[in-house]
Amino acid sequence: MEAQSTPVSYLPIIFQMIVALGFVVTTMIATHLLGPKRKTKDKLTPFESGIEVIGNARQPFSIKYFLVAILFVLFDIEVIFMYPWAVNFREMGMEGLIEMFIFMGTLLLGFIYIIKKKALDWE
Amino acid sequence: MELAFVIEKFALVIVIFMISLGVAAYSTLAERKIAAFLQGRVGPHRAGWGGMFQPLADGAKMFFKEEIIPTQSNQFLFIAGPSLALLTALIGSAVIPWGQSLTFGDTVVQLQVADINVGILYIFGVVSLGVYGIMIGGWASNNKFSLMGAIRAASQNISYEIAMGLSIIALLMVTQSLSLKEIAAQQSGFINWNVWAQPLGFLIFIICAFAECNRTPFDLPESENELVGGYHTEYSGMKLGGFLFAEYINMFISSAVMATLYFGGYNFPFMNDLGLPQNIITLIGVLFLFAKIFFFIFFFMWVRWTVPRFRYDQLMNLGWKVLIPLGIANIVLTGIWIIVKDTYFK
Repeated sequence: MEAQSTPVSYLPIIFQMIVALGFVVTTMIATHLLGPKRKTKDKLTPFESGIEVIGNARQPFSIKYFLVAILFVLFDIEVIFMYPWAVNFREMGMEGLIEMFIFMGTLLLGFIYIIKKKALDWE
Repeated sequence: MELAFVIEKFALVIVIFMISLGVAAYSTLAERKIAAFLQGRVGPHRAGWGGMFQPLADGAKMFFKEEIIPTQSNQFLFIAGPSLALLTALIGSAVIPWGQSLTFGDTVVQLQVADINVGILYIFGVVSLGVYGIMIGGWASNNKFSLMGAIRAASQNISYEIAMGLSIIALLMVTQSLSLKEIAAQQSGFINWNVWAQPLGFLIFIICAFAECNRTPFDLPESENELVGGYHTEYSGMKLGGFLFAEYINMFISSAVMATLYFGGYNFPFMNDLGLPQNIITLIGVLFLFAKIFFFIFFFMWVRWTVPRFRYDQLMNLGWKVLIPLGIANIVLTGIWIIVKDTYFK
C-alpha cells in the first residue's frame, strides 16, 4: 500500500492557494485602478439587447433545474460511496464484486424510475 | 519542517504558476491561429512575428478597459464571481506530477507541488468548486441572459460530474490508488498506459472534460447567438478576462489530468532501456508530458471548429441517459475482467 499523507503533505496546496489568491486580488485591484471611469446612467443598466429594461432578473426559473440538482446530490453521493470500494476491490475479490453489483443494481432501479417518471425530459 | 522545504515548494509553485499562465495566454493565440488554419484564413499576424505578442496586447487591453459594475447588480458577488472562477482554476494544478525527481548533489526535488494520497479527489473537488464562480457571477449581474447562462452552466456541470466520477471509478479499479504520483509511476513505458485498459472510460472522461470546461460542443452557458455573452454579458475589463482566462487554464489543467490519468503522464516509450541518467530521463519526461498536454489542447480547439453546439435537451440526454449507463457498464465490465484475470490467469 502507498504511504500515508501527513498534514505536511497538504501544506504546499496552501502555498499555491496563497500565490493564486495574491494574483487574483492584484488583478482585480489593478483593473479597478487602471481603467477609465466615465460612467453614465445608461451604461450602468443591465444589457437587454438595446431595449428598455423590463423588470429584473430576480425571478423564478424552471423547476427542472432544481430537479436536476437534487438528482445530482443523490447520484453523486452514491458515486462517492464507490471510491473506497474501487481502490480496495482486488483484495475483496469476487465477494466484494457481487456485493457492489447488488448496490449498483439498486442504483440502476432508481435511475430507471426517474427516467420512467420523465424527470429528465426537457420539453 | 525546514525552511528549505518551504522555499523549494514556493519556487515550484511559482514556476508552475507562471507556466500555467503562459500556456493559458498563448492558448488564446493558438485558438485564433488554429481557427484561422481550419477556416483557410491567416489569423492574427500584426503584433510581433506571426502574432507572437497578441496575447500580451490582449491582456494589456483588458486592464485598460473601463470597469463597469451595473447599478442593479449585487456588487460584492459581481466581483467575487470572476475572482472565484480564476482562483479555482489556478489551484487545480497543485497535485499533478509534472515529472519524476531531479537530483542536484544531495537534494532531490520532486516535480510535484503536493504529493497527497487523495490527489484525484482533490482535483474532483476543485472541479466542483469551479461552477460557483460562473453561478455567482451570472446571478449577481442581475441580467436575464446572465441568469440563463449561469443556471445552464450549473446544471450542465453537475450532470456531467456524475459520469466523470463513474469513469474515474473504473480507472481506480485498474490502478488501485488515488494518488496521481502513484498512478503516473505505474504507467511506465508505453504498454502500461491506462488508456489501453480503459478505452471506454477515457472516452467518457474526455466528453465530460469538454462539458466541465464549457467548451464547444457544450458551450451552452455562453452560447453567443442566443444569450449574447451568457454568464459574462455584463462583465468588462479584467473581470471578463478572469472568466476567459479561467476557461483556458481549466483546459490546460484538464489536458494535464487526462495525460496523467490515461496517457502515462511523463512516461515515454523505452524510457528505461536507453541507459540515460535519471535527470535526463526526468527532463525528457517533462517534455513528453507537455507534448501530450499540447496535443489535448489542440484537440479541444479542433473539436470546437468541427462539431456544432448541442441543443439543451440533447446535452442533458447525452449526460444522463447515455454517459451514466455507459459509465456503469464500464465499471461492471472492468470488474468482471479484472476478477477473471486475477482468478484464472495469475
